[in-house]
Amino acid sequence: MTTLSAQGIKSESMWALTWRRFVKHRLAVISAGVLVGLALAAVAAPLVAALIGADAETVDLFNRFQPASWGHPLGTDEIGRDTLVRLLYGGRISLFVGLTAAFAAAVIGTLIGIMAGYFGGRLDALLMRFTDGVIALPLLPLLIVLAALDLGKLGLPDALVASENISLYRIVVIVAVVGWTTVARLVRGSALSLRERDFVRAAEAQGASAARIMAVHILPNLASPIIVATTLSVGNVILLESVLSFLGLGIQPPIPSWGNLLTNAQELIWDAPALAFYPGVMIFITVIAFNFLGDGLQDALDPRSSDRRSRQ
Amino acid sequence: MIHFLFHRLWQSALVVVVVSFVVYALIGLMPGDPIDLMITADPKITPQDAARLRSLYGLDRPILERYGHWLSAALSGDFGFSRLHAKPVMQVLIPAIGNTVTLLGLSFALALLIALPAGIAAAYRPYSKTDYAINMVAFSGISVPPFWLALMLIIVFAVMLGVLPAGGLGNIGGAGEVGGIWDNARYLVLPVTSLTIASIGGHTRYMRAAMIETLRQDYIRTARATGASEARVLFGHALRNAMIPVVTIIALDFGYLFSGALITETIFAWPGMGRLIFDAIMGNDFNLALVALLLATVLTLVCNFLADVAYVWLDPRVSFQKVDE
Repeated sequence: MTTLSAQGIKSESMWALTWRRFVKHRLAVISAGVLVGLALAAVAAPLVAALIGADAETVDLFNRFQPASWGHPLGTDEIGRDTLVRLLYGGRISLFVGLTAAFAAAVIGTLIGIMAGYFGGRLDALLMRFTDGVIALPLLPLLIVLAALDLGKLGLPDALVASENISLYRIVVIVAVVGWTTVARLVRGSALSLRERDFVRAAEAQGASAARIMAVHILPNLASPIIVATTLSVGNVILLESVLSFLGLGIQPPIPSWGNLLTNAQELIWDAPALAFYPGVMIFITVIAFNFLGDGLQDALDPRSSDRRSRQ
Repeated sequence: MIHFLFHRLWQSALVVVVVSFVVYALIGLMPGDPIDLMITADPKITPQDAARLRSLYGLDRPILERYGHWLSAALSGDFGFSRLHAKPVMQVLIPAIGNTVTLLGLSFALALLIALPAGIAAAYRPYSKTDYAINMVAFSGISVPPFWLALMLIIVFAVMLGVLPAGGLGNIGGAGEVGGIWDNARYLVLPVTSLTIASIGGHTRYMRAAMIETLRQDYIRTARATGASEARVLFGHALRNAMIPVVTIIALDFGYLFSGALITETIFAWPGMGRLIFDAIMGNDFNLALVALLLATVLTLVCNFLADVAYVWLDPRVSFQKVDE
């Protein structure tokens, strides 16, 4: 295929070209496989639980700190729950939070970036100073304040505040509120140059509204940077979730997440170091896979970077 | 140039004011206000007493009025009293600042000493085996959960090998034997290591990207064509230019470094600002939390400002006539 296209006999579609560049990035391909595997394992968590006859919440005080066995492939924790099953259920939560919060952050960032870039002028200056301000802040301490807020005082309905999943929604919102800056800057930069292009000028001349131009003419051209930045931010979001949950401010037990599994394990490092080992490894593998995937997508979607590669 | 830096200072001051108001408002939304805490401590307080106390302390006033009151007190140097430590806030903060600066300064220096040469080595032969290996390490550094890394260090060096302490500050000449320098330094090894590893990855990748970009420039080819040695090309021509974006990004990362310090200090029981902020928020010590958070913000903004100064120094072309591109 390479020789054919080099001779100019066969031209490739943009997507075929992108795909070919992507599969060249071996680590990205492996990472994509690993992530699909992790997602499948998380989805199949009840199945695994049924298979080994354990579930995530049954306490069995006679079987605390069991070593690995057929019944408990990774052993049991301090109150006799199966470590593997809890890891898989924790993966569901951590992956869910990572994907939804990264998506929500991307939506916010795209909105802010596209408006700053397209309208320019004062609005651009204002939005970008705001973005710079957020980037410069020591975010974790501020996130801790956000995570410690009393939602009742915000005027949210009691039914929501008292619901079991509130810690889940809360963390998605918190992470999205601070995680949009990278996407906003990238989108703004691209939108700034796109608005000078002929097809945008043509649409303006035809009397298209600003909203229509942004949604129909500019947004599709921003797909590459948005996809890359969002993929890279999933890893960061999972790290943030795990830190907050570890500090006791994120996902609240009994819902397991990779972060809060480590909270308990921290106190048991003298007795059961393995319990602290597994959740961290899962976080590490997931985050590094998303980072490699984002790197591969960048090489594939951004022709300048592949150009750089071929020059060397 | 002076105009530019002045503009930046003014902007930073604005950020501090905005942040202080936002944090003030947010803290008001946290569970339990000071009167609630008094009620928990003394069940005899009646609702009437509580209301009277609220109006006495001005807690029933609108948020803007309360904030204005706090701000004018703060500007005259009165930051209030810490509830947890029973001391004026500043007396609690000052030793903590010292401890955090030690921790951050050492890790920052160590991370740069490792990351910058690694980034340059990777960029010198992109897509070679060396580059590949350095990239793998850098990606691992970015992806490892910092608190888990700290736990693993404790497990290996404190629990299994027993060669280093799991946390604390060491003997500061208190009762009993006075620890030597080495004895106190031992308490720094694990926190500094874990914080350093957390920042190496990012720095290496910035340095690599900037250096690759610089080495593609025409003036590098020209320098090589004139027969300059590779060392001269790399360090005489390329490095300074490549450093320009790196300095900016690394300075912007200071906020991230501070977040890392919060985690590290909490896990290793290192009595610095990060741990102080965490304990203050968890312990409803509002005055302390507010001032400590602001101080962390100010420190971060000062670092960003220094980066702007460094930027001017590194790149004399930048005149900053136009503040907004």
